[in-house]
Amino acid sequence: MIREKVRVKSFKINDICVTGQSNQTILEVARDNNIEIPTMCYLEGLSCVGSCRMCIVEIKGSHEPTPACTAKIKEGMEVTTSSPQIEAARKMILSMMFSERSHVCSTCVANGDCELQSKSVELELEHSEVPYLNQRFEIDASHKNFVNDPNRCILCTRCIRVCDEIEGAHALDLAGRGLNMRIVHDMDEPWAASQSCTSCGKCVYVCPTGALYEKDISEEEVIKKRGIITELIKNRSQR
Amino acid sequence: MENRKIIIDPVTRIEGHAKITIDLDENGKVEDAKIHVTQYRGFEKFCEGRIYTEMPAITARTCGICPVSHVIASTKAIDKILCITPPQAGINIRKIINLAQIVQSHALNFFHLSSPDFIYGFDAPKEDRNIFKMMQTHPQMARDGINLRAFGQKIIEELAGKRIHPTGIVAGGVEHKIEQSQKEAILSQIPDMMKIAQGALEFFKTNLHKFQKEIDSFASFPSLFMALTNENRTLEHYDGALCFMDSEGNILKDKINPQDYREFIGEAVEEDSYLKSPYYKPLGYENGMYRVGALARLNIAKTCGTPLADEELKKFKALGGGKPVLNSFYYHYARLIEIIYAIEKIEELLNADETMNENVKVTSKISNLRGVGCSEAPRGTLFHDYQVTKDGIITAVNLIIATGNNNLAMNAGVKQTALAFVDSKNITDGALNRVEAVIRCFDPCLSCSTHALGIVSSKIEVRDHNKKVIQVIDRN
Repeated sequence: MIREKVRVKSFKINDICVTGQSNQTILEVARDNNIEIPTMCYLEGLSCVGSCRMCIVEIKGSHEPTPACTAKIKEGMEVTTSSPQIEAARKMILSMMFSERSHVCSTCVANGDCELQSKSVELELEHSEVPYLNQRFEIDASHKNFVNDPNRCILCTRCIRVCDEIEGAHALDLAGRGLNMRIVHDMDEPWAASQSCTSCGKCVYVCPTGALYEKDISEEEVIKKRGIITELIKNRSQR
Repeated sequence: MENRKIIIDPVTRIEGHAKITIDLDENGKVEDAKIHVTQYRGFEKFCEGRIYTEMPAITARTCGICPVSHVIASTKAIDKILCITPPQAGINIRKIINLAQIVQSHALNFFHLSSPDFIYGFDAPKEDRNIFKMMQTHPQMARDGINLRAFGQKIIEELAGKRIHPTGIVAGGVEHKIEQSQKEAILSQIPDMMKIAQGALEFFKTNLHKFQKEIDSFASFPSLFMALTNENRTLEHYDGALCFMDSEGNILKDKINPQDYREFIGEAVEEDSYLKSPYYKPLGYENGMYRVGALARLNIAKTCGTPLADEELKKFKALGGGKPVLNSFYYHYARLIEIIYAIEKIEELLNADETMNENVKVTSKISNLRGVGCSEAPRGTLFHDYQVTKDGIITAVNLIIATGNNNLAMNAGVKQTALAFVDSKNITDGALNRVEAVIRCFDPCLSCSTHALGIVSSKIEVRDHNKKVIQVIDRN
């Protein structure tokens, strides 16, 4: 098997000359150079799926915005991370996340520690730009320690990836299509009935919103440990 | 002369949105009058499917004036579901927060909403009957009102995290213990607050003689009374059992466990209002009208249990001559006594050693699939009744809000006042103001009671005998 050689590539982000390794993404190189690109589904250490589209950037010569978390760098490319069109698109993406489910911060366990909430502050989104769909999903509170509230899920799939890639259980996956898509355990069984879930709680700690949380807590009480997961991944790779 | 109907829509200086209709007969005399609560929110329905831990936060949103009452009733219902009793410090802190809310809410009603009527009279121009005019002519009184409210609100903020929709009252107790510095800060304000409360009561008593006609006709009639009370029938706002008293002062039924409220309270649905009409079940809808709130609490309580409030309670009880006080105008009087009681009680609870204990919360798992939380809100007895699955998902919710309990009495009161003051040939602003003021006596919170929202302004409609609106008087 012929392995592609890792080469150093030079290109521009926001007219700043940067270099990176050919197996790196635009997002990784941008972060190495302290250039901020907003993300949502991305979590350092997990695989990138580009599902949320929050990290879209413009690449000269391309007609469509590209997610920076999945796009590999190329020699001579010219990347723009912020423009009126990109900002508007990010706001629309965020609006659609809010409108698709029921994100009521005031009564949410994650109020104050929610990435969706902080992202809307960061992007200055004051209200949803599209009408709310008011969908209603059943809450799964069958697990003795954790709750899954699909009404607050943004389908970032971090929980699926951490369970598969870090815990190695792959107890979670997606079911349904489009607006009805949701996170399920095993073959869409109650969480408590899942044979493959190890109850490790990693999915709960990486969830960006209040969709997955520890049981018996009330509003504003959630404690997320997103950093712990990233540290865990780093520690393992050093062994 | 054609039959007509007068409609006051919306009713002003109350919390919530309502209208009043006054029906006139063929001779132009008042035939009937009703209050219609015109707002709807649907809390009981949309809470279904949510998890029980969210209920205090969700139901607190029923109201911005008395969220503490909802949080307390809600957490008490969850305590029952979890089969736990909070530690004494947790209970005492909850009681202090509840009393602080009674102070701020009663102060709001007296100073901000009702006192313009007492200062300028019910016939004063409508542009004068508000707190802004009061700030010009009686600045110290307006300041006092604001300070007293702030006192209550700051206690809520200090001990429960936020002034509105506090998060510190949780199932099993409260989130944080009281710090010594917080205790001292609250205690240091008590002498000033007591002075304000006593001053307001004195002002009210010295002006009472001006309102004899209103006293006699503002929902002044026999009715039952309901309140929580403890074993010795002392004033109680947090714990205790339900008690029903008749208009002669006889106890119809006491020591009712709030968990069994459904055996004693029926809820009738009216055609023309979103607000249900609860009644005392054993006597049926026709005869089961009861009143709740400060008047009911003081009628039922033998004593307040605190010295200054007890002195005032004796004078209050003398108004009834040994029987319950039946005039709803005296709700104002009763609320002012309750402010004094609440300030004394806050001081007493803060000075109790067990209140400062660090152990303020216990936790547990679901043990019961149903729980009823009951407490005395500023406006009366409040019920939160939840049913859950074994996983804690809410399957049914029933809320009986303080104002709802008074619905039948408010309707009867509106009719009585309309009969006494409204003359179809000369519909004066003062007469219509009185019809609104009778509702204000009950200090209703309609947003809560229908679990609904609305804005406050005022319009009056006159309807003929065919219920056709023939005149609309804009009260804005």
